[in-house]
Amino acid sequence: MKQFAVVAPADLASAARMLAEPNRSALAGGVDLLDLLKLELAAPAELVNLKALGGLDRIESAPGGALRIGPLVTLNQLAASPAVRERHPALADSAAQAATPQVRNLATVGGNLAQRPRCWYFRNPDIVCLKKGGTKCYAVAGLNRYHAILGGGPSFIVHPSNLAPALVAYDAAVTLHGPEGARKIAVGDFFTLPKIDPRRENVLKPGEIITAIEVPAPPARARSAYLEAREKQSFDWPLASAVTVIGLNRADEVAYARIVMGAVAPIPWRAPSAEKVLLGAKLDRALADRAAQAALAGAAPLAHNAYKIPIARAMVRRAILRAGGIPDETA
Amino acid sequence: MSRSPRDPLRNERIAAESDPAADEGGPKLSRRSFLKGAGAAAAVAGLLGVKPAAAGGAEPEPPIAGTAERLGPGPVNFNLRVNGATRTVTAEPRVTLLGVLRDHLGLTGTKLVCDRGACGACTVHLDGAPVTSCMMLAIDARNHEITTIEGLGAPDRMNALQNAFVAKDALQCGFCTPGMTMALSAALGGNPNPSPAEIKRAIAGNICRCGTYPHVIEAALAAAKASRSRA
Repeated sequence: MKQFAVVAPADLASAARMLAEPNRSALAGGVDLLDLLKLELAAPAELVNLKALGGLDRIESAPGGALRIGPLVTLNQLAASPAVRERHPALADSAAQAATPQVRNLATVGGNLAQRPRCWYFRNPDIVCLKKGGTKCYAVAGLNRYHAILGGGPSFIVHPSNLAPALVAYDAAVTLHGPEGARKIAVGDFFTLPKIDPRRENVLKPGEIITAIEVPAPPARARSAYLEAREKQSFDWPLASAVTVIGLNRADEVAYARIVMGAVAPIPWRAPSAEKVLLGAKLDRALADRAAQAALAGAAPLAHNAYKIPIARAMVRRAILRAGGIPDETA
Repeated sequence: MSRSPRDPLRNERIAAESDPAADEGGPKLSRRSFLKGAGAAAAVAGLLGVKPAAAGGAEPEPPIAGTAERLGPGPVNFNLRVNGATRTVTAEPRVTLLGVLRDHLGLTGTKLVCDRGACGACTVHLDGAPVTSCMMLAIDARNHEITTIEGLGAPDRMNALQNAFVAKDALQCGFCTPGMTMALSAALGGNPNPSPAEIKRAIAGNICRCGTYPHVIEAALAAAKASRSRA
């Protein structure tokens, strides 16, 4: 790890101004940052300690069920919050299944969204891949069992955030404060595909800081579910995950549907074609199966990751059934 | 296989090679006391960016505009609350909490293994909650109450959980034991009557290379039962 200074900004405007300078990194929970610093994948001259800014570590819930989550809220705080558990259980579950209890007490919501990918070529300090300004994505012809099956190219990372698919499924928005002021964008628009810029995973501009995540209340009668498949039971990133938010009308037809997958693409991957299969139909196992087929219809696997397609399909099918309250006999 | 200079086995070899008394039945020098001596401290200091206390540390530089505080990059003095006492430390901002506990404060019960938050051997309590001390900067632990394994008990006055680890034979090599104990003591503090499933969740961040998990779970159940019967 190279030497660095740590500064405590006096206020948000100062923090944004400092972070806009070259060679600065934001310090929140520090889990992903320390990982990158130890590998010297990041070597900033100065860390701007966001924990010096007050008021960013709270979860506020409005009477209607909408949430306002501070970026310094920890994953365990999010997972344990009664307000989150009640109206946004898929978000609480996605937080509870990340990393380990010890890491969840340090890792923050903002850091979870802004963390860098886990690709072993990216994390290898000796390899200058496309994401680090090199000329090629080594996963294309290399070892790619954990890489993207959707939305890949020219880089084939999968986005590592557990929370992001749930936040997209709940139509959440993220507020960013930068040197030029604040802007609020949908979480779905916060992430960006490698075909736009392979070196980055999100649209944060120099100096911009995540200052709030707003999650509206799901529609009345909507239920949600989060499921992920992992190789290990703890401290592992998913092979595939799925979040569903499903609302039924009085006739038990699907009137509202959100289906978002994680760990399959360089961004949280919403599946509108699968949502369309559900809308207006009566929910049963056959329908869930058809929607799951639609969700993965466009999958384009690499040499070693086609196995992720049936896993992702199973996560989508089971998450639909769970949100719809239908027992899944195959699970 | 190349071993890291921080590898405990390497240190043990060095200890054996450089201590002729070990082979000749001379004065007993334990591995622990050797490692806590000057050799290990000097060897580790250069690697971790840690300066011996005698080198002194700069006071924080005067803040520049918009900055409430600027620390480093050189060594700085700061206070930590560890096991109920205030300790003054001189270290660079890049030093982790684990690095300060082991290399500055001599609290070597907290173990360095993976250095990536994956194994749980470095688990300490931060305001009562278990955290991986390898994945946080020491300066970020200021203004928090830190508890290490040394804060739970000592060999001659172990707490209920430590006693249960001994009684249930919940360790083989013992390297994961401090982290396991810290993770479990935090969990038992908030849940006096845990189920085996809850205990498994509590140690989901702790890896035991020897595979003593069933005994660890037994120990946690026994400690919880002992605490309940005393209450």
